[in-house]
Amino acid sequence: MLSIGLGHYLTVSAILFVLGIFGIFLNRKNIIVILMSLELILLSVNLNLVAFSSVLQDLTGQVFAMFVLTVAAAEAAIGLAIVVIYFRNRGSIEVEDISTLKG
Amino acid sequence: MIAALAFYIFAAILIASAVMVVTSRNPVHSVLFLILAFFNASALFLMAGAEFLAMILVIVYVGAVAVLFLFVVMMLDIDFAQLRQGFQRYAPLGAVIGAILFLELLFVYGSWQFAPDAATLRMNAVPADPTVTNTEALGRLVYTDYIYLFQISGLILLVAMIGAIVLTLRDKPANSKRQDIGTQIARAEAVPLAKVPAGAGLGTLGIIRRKLPEPPKPKAVAQDDHGHGGHHGGHH
Repeated sequence: MLSIGLGHYLTVSAILFVLGIFGIFLNRKNIIVILMSLELILLSVNLNLVAFSSVLQDLTGQVFAMFVLTVAAAEAAIGLAIVVIYFRNRGSIEVEDISTLKG
Repeated sequence: MIAALAFYIFAAILIASAVMVVTSRNPVHSVLFLILAFFNASALFLMAGAEFLAMILVIVYVGAVAVLFLFVVMMLDIDFAQLRQGFQRYAPLGAVIGAILFLELLFVYGSWQFAPDAATLRMNAVPADPTVTNTEALGRLVYTDYIYLFQISGLILLVAMIGAIVLTLRDKPANSKRQDIGTQIARAEAVPLAKVPAGAGLGTLGIIRRKLPEPPKPKAVAQDDHGHGGHHGGHH
């Protein structure tokens, strides 16, 4: 109980992952909160990578966590840019309207 | 003891702020709780020994991504109350799926264990020398073995930057006046063309010219050449 091991980190990251999934379902209309939930999911993945890297004393996990961080930042920027132009065109950001983009 | 206590505090704040991110009524509060969650996650990274990633998390997420979210939330004039209509309707479905996922993760973690030769399977072991910091060890790795991945991640960021700019750039707002260099320097109206009778001088036509320091050499226009020889001077 008093020594923090791999299990503690994995539990925290599992709870964080499930909260991210839950957030996607809960805020089905608000795409900005969906993007924030995606950030939470990626954070939990990073937490997993770092925890395993720490336990195994292997730096590869941290390298990959860094790449996940990069891709997450790029994804957030592109996603928010799409939200901005979608709002400019339609005047709302309801996810259900976005199905009209199928053409 | 202290470390365990700190872990529990940070983990509790992290999970509580994650709950607030997904359930908060106001998206601005969501973003602020996201920032709090990232701070606590970076504290957990620090406790796991990943100092460089912890600092990068604070810089990239708190400094850039969360502020980007904040800008977008505040810039767009969105009726957030209307966006929350299906909140209660989707909550049971999300809870069921989340519970199933959590149970699956628990099963995986419960039955999973390290391979007996996990220590020998390490690809990039943490250097045994205690004077090599985490940042230095990561740098030695990223700039040698993972240099191609590092370059590609830089390329991804470049593409994301260009893509975001191209997507959001408005090419011509309706009420702004722009400089049009083409019409500005065109000589079509500044220099009128006149039909000049043969042999007529400037005085006859009513054109008074200033005395120029160096008379400009007129260009020979191919089809006009035969019409007014005397007017154009004798240098062709």
